[in-house]
Amino acid sequence: MSVTSATKRKRVTIITEAAIEGRLLDDVEKLGAHGYTISEARGKGGRGVRSGSWGPSANIRVEVICDDATADRIMRHLWDHYYNDYAMILFAHDVEVLRPEKF
Amino acid sequence: MVDPVILFFVLGVAAGLMRADLRLPAPVYEFLSFLLLLAIGLKGGVELANQSPLALLPQIVVIGLMGTLMPFIAFPVLRFLGRMNRADSASIAAHYGSVSVGTFAVAVAYLNFREISFEEYMPLFVVVLEVPAIIIGIMLARGVSRDTAWGRMAHEVFLGKSIVLLVGGLLIGWALGAEGVEPIAPMFFDLFKGVLALFLLEMGLIAAAQISVLRRHGVFLVAFGIGMPLVGAVIGTGVSLLLGLSLGGTVIVATLAASASYIAVPAAFRLIVPEANPTLSLTASLGVTFPFNVIAGIPIYHAMAGVVHGPGGVF
Repeated sequence: MSVTSATKRKRVTIITEAAIEGRLLDDVEKLGAHGYTISEARGKGGRGVRSGSWGPSANIRVEVICDDATADRIMRHLWDHYYNDYAMILFAHDVEVLRPEKF
Repeated sequence: MVDPVILFFVLGVAAGLMRADLRLPAPVYEFLSFLLLLAIGLKGGVELANQSPLALLPQIVVIGLMGTLMPFIAFPVLRFLGRMNRADSASIAAHYGSVSVGTFAVAVAYLNFREISFEEYMPLFVVVLEVPAIIIGIMLARGVSRDTAWGRMAHEVFLGKSIVLLVGGLLIGWALGAEGVEPIAPMFFDLFKGVLALFLLEMGLIAAAQISVLRRHGVFLVAFGIGMPLVGAVIGTGVSLLLGLSLGGTVIVATLAASASYIAVPAAFRLIVPEANPTLSLTASLGVTFPFNVIAGIPIYHAMAGVVHGPGGVF
């Protein structure tokens, strides 16, 4: 398989509070994601500096690669259930993947 | 004479306020808190091996009741005097009903430094005090509602880092006894003060970050952050008297009653009552109460304990 025949998928990136990691990942999987990648993150936004140095100020970045429909479901769900109460940034872009059946 | 660990805390606060380029990496902070929690648990467990569980049961019940009662004292003050909304009042009340293991460690260091003995099984009280206030706080915020994710809450409360490590340490210490823990003593007991010093340096940095937020949240939080621990300490001293604890034990229980959680309670509330503003509760517990207890509170509670334990007890 050549790289030029790669298939388009969506990458949904969620930057949010580490405190809700468990609940968030449960939801993401229930909505149809086949996997995800988590990294520690820190930064500043509407809810102040998230320094990441200890529990309540810890941030994570969750990346999910999935098809368009799943991406849409995830973003809608997070918008409805998390945006009001949690520090959360959410965005998506197109990515090209090999082995599309994985996502 | 000043306890050395306090100076590390002061260094952290000063460095934080001056925006010095200090940052303990998160995994190091985690490691230090793991060590402290296990060391505290082990120490308590070793002593527990010498106690009959039945004799301790009444103490555990009374201490548990104290933890259940505290949020009910704090809540109306926050709601009606502080004019905060229900979720925020309940959240802060839960923070103050629960305890801070960091403050406990400082009180232990304080007593050891002055060679004052206390009931070494006190870490058991830390475990007993951590949980009830969280449950009461969530009920104050939500009522006894079926919508509350009680399963998730139970998981969060009983399998949180501090409970698992404290209880685990207690059990290991209890199973091994004084001789059994000898091989791991250099790591957990001999290094305790150094680890606590580093931990307090980082706590100073964190507290300083909260102090800068404080300017926006005003006088009430400062007054509450100092007033509530004093009320708690009076209750804790009374409870100790009721239980017939020693002078050192009285100082510890008063300190526990005065301390406010900044790990377990915020984590549970973030998940279960997300509409409560974590900035308010953490500013009060970390920006005001933790520094107050560490620097001024514990000596005050020592003096209080000295008064109730009769002349010659103080200093």
